[in-house]
Amino acid sequence: MSEVVKKFMYLNRKAPYGTIYAWEALEVVLIGAAFDQDVSVMFLDDGVYQLTKGQDTKAIGMKNFSPTFRTLGDYEVKKIYVDRASLEARGLTQEDLVEIAWEDFETEEEIENIVEVIDSARVGELMNESDAIFSF
Amino acid sequence: MSDTIEVEGKEYGVDEEGYLANLNDWVPGVATVMAAQDNIELTDEHWDIINFLREYYEEYQIAPAVRVLTKAVGKKLGKDKGNSKYLYSLFPYGPAKQACRFAGLPKPTGCV
Repeated sequence: MSEVVKKFMYLNRKAPYGTIYAWEALEVVLIGAAFDQDVSVMFLDDGVYQLTKGQDTKAIGMKNFSPTFRTLGDYEVKKIYVDRASLEARGLTQEDLVEIAWEDFETEEEIENIVEVIDSARVGELMNESDAIFSF
Repeated sequence: MSDTIEVEGKEYGVDEEGYLANLNDWVPGVATVMAAQDNIELTDEHWDIINFLREYYEEYQIAPAVRVLTKAVGKKLGKDKGNSKYLYSLFPYGPAKQACRFAGLPKPTGCV
């Protein structure tokens, strides 16, 4: 492809419910995925709650959209990062997070889980490398 | 003013683009009636896709974009079906948009 591929990072800092940010961010990622850019999704601060397993939203009358994160692989979003310090500050570990699989349908290459927990220095590096950061 | 369609003597609400207002209202007859409005008679091949979409939504809470649908259908129903030519032959108004409407799902995210 002759067009320049840009590095887009979507930064999620807010809890999944209570505001519309998390759902809107996910929709933007899914829509943006159609444009064949280099996309990464980063979860920081309360944003790490978006990926937690076993969410039950019945009592708040909101749609539980946490299963939708598992489609990111299908949408060819392959880079999903979670800040380790944010997890630890909330008493969470990678075990508490959903797994997102990715598969190349042509080559049948498969990655069981593309969710990567990284330290803060790496978070900073990745932000620096990005051409554009969309913060939600 | 909201629109409705009549299926087996019962009225179902639809939005301004013809998508079913309430996902849980869906019965197979909804697909049959919507298809008839588009001059399509549903075959087993159509139902494969409609059922597939409903399962996908059930699992992921989202209607897949056409690109994603194509890949996923290829994986589930075989490569000969996982291409847009085949899907468009079944759903000429766009496999994601039209098939999702028949399946009672919301309009797919990422559909322009």
